[in-house]
Amino acid sequence: MSVQVDTRRLQGRRRSRLPDRLFSGGTAFVAVVVVALLVAIFVMLATNSALTWQTFGLSFITGTVWDPVTAVYGALPYIAGTIFSSAIALVLAAPVGLLTAIFLAEYAPRAISVPLTFVIELLAAIPSVVIGLWGVFVLGPFLKVTVESFMVDHFGWIPIFKGPAFGIGLFAAGVILAIMILPTIVTISREVLVAVPGSQREAMYGLGATRWEVISRVVVPLARSGIVGAVILGLGRALGETLAVTMVIGNGQNIPTSLFDQGQTLASKIATSFNEAQVGLQTSSLIALGLILLVITIAINIVARVFVGRASSRVGGL
Amino acid sequence: MAVVVAPVPERLRRTRRWERRYAIDRSMRTLALACTVLAVIPLVTILAFVTINGITALNIDLLTKPPKATGVGGGALAAITGTIQMVSLATLIAVPVGLLAGVYVSEFAGRRMANVVRFSADVLVGVPSILVGVFVFTFLVLPFKQYNAFAGSVALAVIMVPVIVRTTEEILKLVPGDLREASLALGVRRWRTVLSVAIRTGWPGILTGIMLAVARAAGETAPLIMTALGSRLVNIGDFSRPMSALPLFIYENARQPYPALNEQAWGAAFLLLLAVLIINILVRARSLRGPRR
Amino acid sequence: MTADPTMGEPTAESKLEIRDLDVYYGAFRAVRDVTMSVRARSVTAIIGPSGCGKSTFLRALNRLHELTPGARVEGSVLLDGADIYDPAVDPVRLRRYVGMVFQRPNPFPTMSIYENVVAGIRLAGRASRNELDEIVERSLTRAALWNEVKDKLNEPGTSLSGGQQQRLCIARAIAVDPEVVLMDEPASALDPVATLRIEELIAELRANYTIVIVTHNMQQAGRVSDETAFFTMNEDRAGYLVEFGPTREIFTNPRERLTEDYVSGRFG
Repeated sequence: MSVQVDTRRLQGRRRSRLPDRLFSGGTAFVAVVVVALLVAIFVMLATNSALTWQTFGLSFITGTVWDPVTAVYGALPYIAGTIFSSAIALVLAAPVGLLTAIFLAEYAPRAISVPLTFVIELLAAIPSVVIGLWGVFVLGPFLKVTVESFMVDHFGWIPIFKGPAFGIGLFAAGVILAIMILPTIVTISREVLVAVPGSQREAMYGLGATRWEVISRVVVPLARSGIVGAVILGLGRALGETLAVTMVIGNGQNIPTSLFDQGQTLASKIATSFNEAQVGLQTSSLIALGLILLVITIAINIVARVFVGRASSRVGGL
Repeated sequence: MAVVVAPVPERLRRTRRWERRYAIDRSMRTLALACTVLAVIPLVTILAFVTINGITALNIDLLTKPPKATGVGGGALAAITGTIQMVSLATLIAVPVGLLAGVYVSEFAGRRMANVVRFSADVLVGVPSILVGVFVFTFLVLPFKQYNAFAGSVALAVIMVPVIVRTTEEILKLVPGDLREASLALGVRRWRTVLSVAIRTGWPGILTGIMLAVARAAGETAPLIMTALGSRLVNIGDFSRPMSALPLFIYENARQPYPALNEQAWGAAFLLLLAVLIINILVRARSLRGPRR
Repeated sequence: MTADPTMGEPTAESKLEIRDLDVYYGAFRAVRDVTMSVRARSVTAIIGPSGCGKSTFLRALNRLHELTPGARVEGSVLLDGADIYDPAVDPVRLRRYVGMVFQRPNPFPTMSIYENVVAGIRLAGRASRNELDEIVERSLTRAALWNEVKDKLNEPGTSLSGGQQQRLCIARAIAVDPEVVLMDEPASALDPVATLRIEELIAELRANYTIVIVTHNMQQAGRVSDETAFFTMNEDRAGYLVEFGPTREIFTNPRERLTEDYVSGRFG
């Protein structure tokens, strides 16, 4: 039972409140540091890429050439690579993730859904470089021999499916991103589905509905905004994912026109070129790529939060 | 009494017209199950390949020797010691910052300030880790023109802080207000109440959050690329120079065209995965069993 | 044991006949050995203290209790003479004929008033827009809601007051043209004015439907029902039927001591 007490009266004379004020002030200071960190990241990326923005202006974003020799830099191939690989990932992961969440939330008995959810969450804990390693030596060859060969042989006349297919490339990057964002989509969608009140389900069953009808006409519509948020959060993760993508996307410098082309994303370009870059315009341009990525990722994450609220209160967060 | 039961009328039976609705129900269920299996397969295959390839690559050399200066061979000693050192330093930096900020939001902040800090932490969690590396590069590497392990540790710390802030705040929120009030009513100072009542009660959950952050930091590669850089030399204690790390070791060896080096990548990956998964399973299984007290 | 006071005479007018019904959740028996008869186009009330299985019993009448894993019954429930627990019966189809209104109004928030009413009909396949319009008007009229919402059929179902929402749920339930409407304390979440309107509505609905209503409010049972069943429970926490008969008798001249205690306890 809580007792209403005037704690000030009990806390003694004013001067002995100093330790309290030091403590609360100290924590406040640290908290401000955290906020400042976010601002600082933006500021440092912006100032260290200033040279590039001054040199090229906004046409840096639409530039298609990246040539250190002639000192011409443009971000478009990497923006394209980022968007395309993320789009592939979403197209693959969203339906699979949503249906998986539906299975776990609505069809599976608890004895199955609890361990399965746990296992899927575990996938999110695997370091990106380990997934990339598997991607290079296992997934890439597998895709090459199965999906990609099939598509190139039968549909290669369509530009988007033009070969040759090496396994490594844009498609592989999309697949590996799909695998990595699946846990995000599944766990958040499952949570919002489970949160739909049982009374809603009862009402629909009471009208004489099958399970799928209850799911599709009542449960999913009620969970709609959370599901959208889950997918957008997955997109946010895909955009910023670096290592696994770097290892399987190859090294294309042009805007990919086929699914099986090699490419680069903003993150992978930074990862591969940063250390060899010359300080000056080249490094500045790489940092400019980072700034573009930062802005895109933060914007997407903010939009996602609007949809999801702070639905996930799982320890560790994703 | 005579029990007269009539036969089941047509309208209550499953008829052909209704078969369609049930067929849809059944096929959607099957589809959903198939998707679930599809979702689990990558994890299973990754675990399988890393374990099989990794265990065959594991030998004493891998664990105890540094990479050979030239050619192929040697081991991951530099990487193992590097990861241990940098993650430790990162934890030492990140835990006080994250903890205190989380305490502030939960215990002292007014609504607006709490929202600002919470928002910042949420956004920070979503910042790509490579950009954290670039950020730290700009002020801890570039000015000195020297890649160094301290910058690597700071980068890892920046990644850990928002995670710790969030989990600390959420755990502290769960500690009942009654406990704090009782302590204050007894005359205990505010700061001591927070420390010995709120934090002590929430400690298991807070520790969980810290461990998950540590596991995440141990697996990060991208932020280390342009800060600690990596190294073939075993570096013990010198944070002003480059240092190797397990993820960097894996990344470099995976790209080499020599199968022997690729093997080492699998071996190191196995070690890293083992460590990360053990932490995650321990921590999450605990929360599955439910909170203590 | 005296002559079994629970036996209503099975007549040609019996819409529902319950015979030796036990309802189990896993190993726990929630309802014990109920035998009673519900007359067609009448209102039958089920009263008794909380927790004695009234809602569980009600749900067993349209097999809605099966939504809970581990729920099962022994005994039979005859609808027009046919056992609804026969393996040949499809529970999904059954619920079109035995509908339900719940304690808390639960209109579908993502649907408009119009869509809420036709939600059940849409399950059975296409109907033309005209047919649907007709059904909507008829159902809302019968639920005494038409005049209040006819100009805002496209607004969300949740934009109505609590009492209106419940009448919307009633309209939704009767739109599929059931024969029996089960009501689980339909007015307990509503204010007295809304409650009264629901009670008036029930009296009107009697003309077209067989109604079984669970209520903890004895005055309501007295006002609204033709026959009343009194349930209670023992230490084993299994609900059982104590007495069943015409409402007037149950309240003024009950046969069982337990019934009399319960009924007079409230009035006194």
